[in-house]
Amino acid sequence: MQIYLPIAGLSVNVFVLLAIGLAVGFISGMFGIGGGFLMTPLLIFLGIPPAVAVASVTGHIAASSMSGAISYWRRNTIDLALAFMLLAGGFIGTASGVWLFTTLRAIGQLDITIGVLYVLLLGIVGGLMVAESVRAIARVRQGKPVELRRPGSHTWIHGLPFKLRFKRSRIYVSAIPVWGIGFFIGLIGAVMGIGGGFLLVPMLIYLLRVPTATVIGTSMVLTLVTMASATVMHAATNHLVDALLALILMVGGVSGAQFGARAGQKMGGERLRLLLGLLVLAVGIRFAWDLVVPPDNLYSIRLQDAEP
Amino acid sequence: MRTSSVPAVLLAFAALAASAPPAAGERLIASLSTHRVMVTSSFTGEELVLFGGIEQDAASRPRRSGYDIVVTVTGPRQNTVTFRKSRVLGIWVNADSRVFENAPAYLAVLSNRPLDMVTNAEVLRRLQLGLDNIPLPQRASINIADAASDDPFRVAFIKIKTDNGLYREVPNGVTFLTPQLYRASIPLPAEVPVGTYEVDVRLFADGAQIARAPSPFEVYKSGFEQIVTSAARDHGFLYGLITALLAVITGWFASVVFRRD
Repeated sequence: MQIYLPIAGLSVNVFVLLAIGLAVGFISGMFGIGGGFLMTPLLIFLGIPPAVAVASVTGHIAASSMSGAISYWRRNTIDLALAFMLLAGGFIGTASGVWLFTTLRAIGQLDITIGVLYVLLLGIVGGLMVAESVRAIARVRQGKPVELRRPGSHTWIHGLPFKLRFKRSRIYVSAIPVWGIGFFIGLIGAVMGIGGGFLLVPMLIYLLRVPTATVIGTSMVLTLVTMASATVMHAATNHLVDALLALILMVGGVSGAQFGARAGQKMGGERLRLLLGLLVLAVGIRFAWDLVVPPDNLYSIRLQDAEP
Repeated sequence: MRTSSVPAVLLAFAALAASAPPAAGERLIASLSTHRVMVTSSFTGEELVLFGGIEQDAASRPRRSGYDIVVTVTGPRQNTVTFRKSRVLGIWVNADSRVFENAPAYLAVLSNRPLDMVTNAEVLRRLQLGLDNIPLPQRASINIADAASDDPFRVAFIKIKTDNGLYREVPNGVTFLTPQLYRASIPLPAEVPVGTYEVDVRLFADGAQIARAPSPFEVYKSGFEQIVTSAARDHGFLYGLITALLAVITGWFASVVFRRD
């Protein structure tokens, strides 16, 4: 059944969209991430203009983060104080990201920026995740004990001023890296059309030493708010949010996430991280391929915006 | 200012065509199946049918090679940027660009036989008929000029538009049912933008244009699609808030429906 997307200005099969929503939702539920880094490329592949895809996916990620955040809230594993501090940076990051998005679009360099960012971020994060989880799996195979979190180990980050105590996460850390992480996630989220959960979770664990118990729930609160505000800002400045597209993706996404979460619970942590790492790496390589291989058509066309 | 010159040229031609009939004696009639095409949520494109006839009167002379019909359908005009990629530091980036000012979003040239058989190249160029001859003024920084028909940006622009089904030249798009009755179908893909479309029917005989008939139609979005589009454009902030709220409600609803604990 074809459905006409009013903002994207083309008609696509509604079942294909639902299937994409379900599949990405399944993966996001399994790994506890938003899944934007898969959703946005898939939509672009379907022929939806990249700018519309990025702007509309923010709505989808907000929905899946909402349903995730509620279930973590029920389990009481959200550090609200930490989430609010991250959000302080996240808001400014999102606003800057939307501004950057608008500027890059105007000078015709948005697609290439999205491409390069995908390659860099997904390549690095995917590579690190694969390496780390392979090491962890190897250690378990050799019968060595799993490396535990060392609460005493401090880095230069712990030497920064404006220290705050986050009771639920049991960490005592400077506000500066917290704002910085929030800003970074907000910025790249708005430009790339991703929630940034797959970046935020390792950053919180490795940089701030947030315990695994509170990390995913807290990360989902941040993603929920930055993505919901990105939806509003993209709609207000670029007028590119396709509500119909976002709604179809949301419905598929939140349903898929429920099944994904169940599948994820049956798998070991290391194996799960290895799978996610491989997935992230694969998407990164796919983008690198597009950048390096000579394109079929050197030319592309785009409507010039009515207003400057 | 530039836009006004195109209608001016068209007007001049229309005046020319209007003054021609007394000598020719043929009258061209054209009628579209509909003048309003509605884009609904299930819109996957549409095909308009153009019907028409050629009326002869006492002054009509017999034509040696019969009649030819050329139909040009021109969609709403848009400023379109064409980018060219080149390799910078090993990756392909948009390095060069041209802006095609007021290029038709949709363009179909339908005829009963190839244009070069209808009339000669000189007449085609003068009447701006066919994809090779439509004016596509382009702007590079501050200069605006209509490039030659083999300009790489122009060729690439027309090729992409053709691949998207938005530009087409169909040499067998017009069918004569009888020597004086013709029919043409105008295919509109799902991607057609809303706006006013001009249908320009020209009658040729012995290589010369002898009559012309215009017949516009409009493509518009239906209630829901229009509400969404205008809300997104005119009330972006509110529209964004509603979309975000929709996301939050969908997420909350899912967590209630699928609640397991």
